[in-house]
Amino acid sequence: MIIKTYKGVFIVSSKMEEILEILEKNARAGVEEIALMLDMSVEEVEAAIKKLEEDKVIVGYNTLINWDNSSKETVTALIELRVTPQRGQGFDKIAERIYRYPQVKACYLMSGSFDLTVIIEGKNMKEVALFVAEKLAPLEGVISTSTHFVLKKYKDDGVIFEENGKDDREALRL
Amino acid sequence: MNLQEMIRPTVRNMPPSGIRKYFDLLNEMKDAISLGVGEPDFVTPWAIREAGIYSLERGHTHYSSNPGFIELRRQISRYVARKYNVEYDPKTEIIVTVGASEAIDIALRALAGPGDEVIIPEPSFVAYKGCTAFTGATPVIIELKEEDEFRLRPEQLEKALTERTKVVILPFPNNPTGAVMRADDQRKIVDVLKDRDVIIISDEIYAELTYSGKHVSFASYPEIRDKTILINGFSKAFAMTGWRIGYACGHPVLIEAMNKIHQYAIMCSPTTAQYAASEALSSCEDEVQAMVREYNRRRRVMVRGFREAGLSCFEPMGAFYVFPSIKSTGMTSDEFCEKLLMEEKVLTVPGTAFGACGEGYIRATYANSYENITEALRRIRRFVSRHRK
Ligand SMILES: Cc1ncc(COP(=O)(O)O)c(C=O)c1O
Repeated sequence: MIIKTYKGVFIVSSKMEEILEILEKNARAGVEEIALMLDMSVEEVEAAIKKLEEDKVIVGYNTLINWDNSSKETVTALIELRVTPQRGQGFDKIAERIYRYPQVKACYLMSGSFDLTVIIEGKNMKEVALFVAEKLAPLEGVISTSTHFVLKKYKDDGVIFEENGKDDREALRL
Repeated sequence: MNLQEMIRPTVRNMPPSGIRKYFDLLNEMKDAISLGVGEPDFVTPWAIREAGIYSLERGHTHYSSNPGFIELRRQISRYVARKYNVEYDPKTEIIVTVGASEAIDIALRALAGPGDEVIIPEPSFVAYKGCTAFTGATPVIIELKEEDEFRLRPEQLEKALTERTKVVILPFPNNPTGAVMRADDQRKIVDVLKDRDVIIISDEIYAELTYSGKHVSFASYPEIRDKTILINGFSKAFAMTGWRIGYACGHPVLIEAMNKIHQYAIMCSPTTAQYAASEALSSCEDEVQAMVREYNRRRRVMVRGFREAGLSCFEPMGAFYVFPSIKSTGMTSDEFCEKLLMEEKVLTVPGTAFGACGEGYIRATYANSYENITEALRRIRRFVSRHRK
C-alpha cells in the first residue's frame, strides 16, 4: 500500500488509481460524487486530484466528440513520417516543431518502419493535404510523408461510437 | 378430464409468485427505472463472447461429456483451488451445470425426499424453497435478522437441526440482503455441523462480489469439506447470466449422484457456454476486478442514498443488492414497492418475495448505471419524505 501525500493529506495509491478510473470515463464527475463513491472525504479527493494534476498524471479534461454526428465538417488523417533524428536531440526537436501546430491532434514516436505518427484534423481533405504539403513535408529532417485519411471512426479513446447501450434485461428478476 | 387434477399437488399448490403484478404494472409504464433486476448490467466481456462465437465457427455444436469438458473442469479445479483454497479432482469431483440453478436443483433432488428436512436461512434466493418443495422434503426456515446483519448465527442453526435434517443450505454472500459471513461465525457454524450426518449446500455464486476482503468458502474448512457441495457459476462474476452455466464441486459420491440426475434431465451444459466459460477463467481476471470496483462504488452511493432518504440500511458487503428497512414508513413491503412504482416509477422488490421474514424490507439492485441509480435515489427520497409518518 503506497501512500501519496499532498500538503499533509495522505492518500492511498489504490484510491488515486480509482479516481483516475472514474475521471477517465467521466471528466465531469464532481469531487463530492467521487468522495461518495470511494468512501473518502471531499478534502481528500480534492487533494488527490491536485496532486495528480501537479504530477502531470491528469493532463486535461477533454470532451470526446464524434464530429461525424455534428453539423461541422471535419476530416481526420493519420500521417506516417520518416525523419532524420538530430544530433544530441534525437527526435524530440523535430517532433516539437510538428506538434506545436494546432491542427495536430496527436503525435507519437513509433518503433518500426517509420518514425512519427501525426494525427491531423481539418475541414476537408484539401486543407489537410495542403497542411502536409506546405508545413510538414518541407521541414528540415523530414524524409517522407504518407497520408491516410480516416473514413469512419468506430471507436475513439475507448468509446465505441455506435453502441446502442440499451438495457435489455428483464426488469424484474429474483 | 380435469387437467388441474392431473398436476401433482406440490406443484399445483405452489402459490404463484407475489411479484407477478409488478410485471403487469410495468407493462403499462414507460421510462420506469428498474432496481428490481437480479443480474449484472454489464454485458459479458468481449473476449468471452468472442470465444463463444469462435467455437460456433469451428463447428463445436455437439454434446460434451455429461459433467462437462474435462479441460473446463480442470480449469475450474485450478480456479477454485487458487481462489478459495480447496482442491477438487476434475475427473470425479466437479460437474458443470446449467447455471447454479441446476446445481441447486439436482443437489436437492439427489439428497432430499419426503420425510427429510432442509434448513433454509431466509430471506434468500427463492429457488431453495421451491426446489426443496418439489422433492417432497420439508423446508425448515431460519429467519435471519437485521440486528445480526443478516448473518446466520450458530445458535439459530443449532436450534433448527433435528434428527430429520438432511441438508443445510448456506446462502452467502446473500441474495437479497447482500450479507456475507464473518470468519468467527463461520468457524462456529462449522463446529455445529462437523459431527452431524447432514449435507451442506453452500451457494457461493456471489463469492467474487465481496467488498470487505477475500471471500472464505465453507468448503475450505477441512472438517466439513467432504459433506459440502460447493456451488458457484459464471452468471454474476463474469456477467454471463444468459449463457446458463455454473458448476458444483464435492465428494465423488455426491457429484456422482448429481450426475445421475443431470445425465437424464439435462445431458450436458450448453457447449458454446462451456467454451466461453473456459475463456472466462483463462483471461478475464482484470475485467472481473474492474466490474467489482465499479459495483463497490455504486454500493456506497446506494447505501448513502437510502440513509439520506431516511431509511435505515445496513451496509451489505456482498452481491449487488441493498436491503433497506422501510418500517419507518408504516407501509408493508408490498405497499411500499407498489406505491413507489406507481408514484415515482422506480421498481424495487418487496422483501417478502424472499421469505416471510423479509417483511419490512425491500431489495434494490445497484447493478445499474450510476445515472439511473442517482435518479432513482432522488425519486425515492422524494417518495419517502412525502409518506413519512
Ligand atoms: C443466490 C443465487 N444463487 C443462484 C442463482 C442462479 O444463478 P445461475 O444464473 O447460475 O443459475 C442466483 C440468481 O439470481 C442467485 O441469486
